Amino acid sequence: MQRFLFALAVLLFAPFANAQEIAPDALVKSVSQEVLEIIRKDRDIQSGNTRKTIDLVETKVLPHFDFVRMTALAMGPNWRRATPDQQKVLTDQFRVLLVRTYSTALSSYKNHTIDYKPLRAQPGDTDVVVKSEVKQPGQQAVTIDYSMEKTAASWKVYDVAVGGVSLVTTYRDTFTNEVRQGGIDGLIKSLNEKNRQLETAEKK
Amino acid sequence: MIRCLAALAAAALLASGCATTGGAPDPRDPWEGGNRAIFEFNDGLDRALIRPTAEAYRFVTPQIVRTGVTNFFGNLQDIWIGTNQLLQGKIELWVNDWARVLFNTTFGLGGVLDIASEMRLEKHDEDFGQTLAVWGAPFGPYVVLPVFGPSSVRDTAGFAVDFYMYPTFWILRNARPEHWVSWRNSLAGLAFVNSRANALAVTDVLEQAALDRYAYVRSAFFQRRLNQIYDGNPPPAPRSAAPGIPTKAAAQLLELLDAVDGGRADAGGPASRETFEPRVPMNYDAVLAAANRPAQLVAKAGEADRQEP
Repeated sequence: MQRFLFALAVLLFAPFANAQEIAPDALVKSVSQEVLEIIRKDRDIQSGNTRKTIDLVETKVLPHFDFVRMTALAMGPNWRRATPDQQKVLTDQFRVLLVRTYSTALSSYKNHTIDYKPLRAQPGDTDVVVKSEVKQPGQQAVTIDYSMEKTAASWKVYDVAVGGVSLVTTYRDTFTNEVRQGGIDGLIKSLNEKNRQLETAEKK
Repeated sequence: MIRCLAALAAAALLASGCATTGGAPDPRDPWEGGNRAIFEFNDGLDRALIRPTAEAYRFVTPQIVRTGVTNFFGNLQDIWIGTNQLLQGKIELWVNDWARVLFNTTFGLGGVLDIASEMRLEKHDEDFGQTLAVWGAPFGPYVVLPVFGPSSVRDTAGFAVDFYMYPTFWILRNARPEHWVSWRNSLAGLAFVNSRANALAVTDVLEQAALDRYAYVRSAFFQRRLNQIYDGNPPPAPRSAAPGIPTKAAAQLLELLDAVDGGRADAGGPASRETFEPRVPMNYDAVLAAANRPAQLVAKAGEADRQEP
């Protein structure tokens, strides 16, 4: 019995041990290929089943994002003015919003091919940018750049830039506005409202 | 104007106490009131007319037709794109873009097929606003154009030239017979609807993502333009992508600047991105004086880093 448990433990944790070794560009590539593969096969997702797309993003994509860092960067100097409780709520709400947005974006990219550019990094680097391009027929390719940081567990994404527009920077401008107008609680309220609004729209 | 600026500075200093004044001023957007009004107008027009037309167009045409239409107009644009490469001194890209026109117009059946891309002659994205930027013109204030949307003073000037040089108009501008005019108008309409249809996916995401769509679009506009001007390699953004600087220490330093400068010297903030120059806070001396206590600062930053989860 004990040996069985040990074997089980090894099986369970082996993937995590491995994850540490995966290079950041290989990680981005394998995750996006896997996700696109699932989307291409799944009729429900293609016909616009938001719940299912969100589930897919939650299980396959989210583990590779560092949401605390993303939220902190999007908050800028205001992050340190927020209490730990506020920081937690902000991170949770921002996460919900991003998952939904990402799911929408994902379903529109299903027919495009993605090219991955060679990673330009030194072996010891702990902060890299993985560059990829989405090719669309008849149009200039759209670049998608993932800023990634090496953490204890594995490489984690902390910013995504589409066509040079960084998610974190764009939200930082809005967040700064919101905080100036209504304080940190005002921002939390706006995020809450936005998420609730999207949820009701989805149920209709 | 100066008094107004002074009032804004005072408001920024009193940041927390001044919550009633509504939107915080973005230095890139001094005409925010008017811009927001035009933004609302554009939004209404889009919802009522342009978007439904684009959706209907997307519904009735197969993908292959839309790709053909996109290629056709893209080919016409490539002439002007190539010219802009030349004006910016990028000879290789100019040759690339005009070679695209050559191959696509002939083997690509008048531009309907994008043969050149398959020959690895990549498509580029240039316009006269970018050329002006390369020549040294700054963005100038943010402007929302009726119907055409986000722009800046510089890019509006660029857009006027683009519009004049756009081949659809250029070739047909002097057309005499009346029916040529209606043909030109139909072409322009098709180009407009087709490009709106191409943007549907992006606007769907925008609709979901933004808390304040006006501010979101404005921020995206400046980043996107900078990216275009530098052909995809803009100078790294000061805060989020500064490798080697511990995040917390950087945050601490920023907070310091923030305190000294009343919140207006926000590194990575609008002003610095607008001018592509190293940011110099208004009261540089005070900041230097503050920064000349490195031991204290480093100790504080170290403490912060230890607290990091």
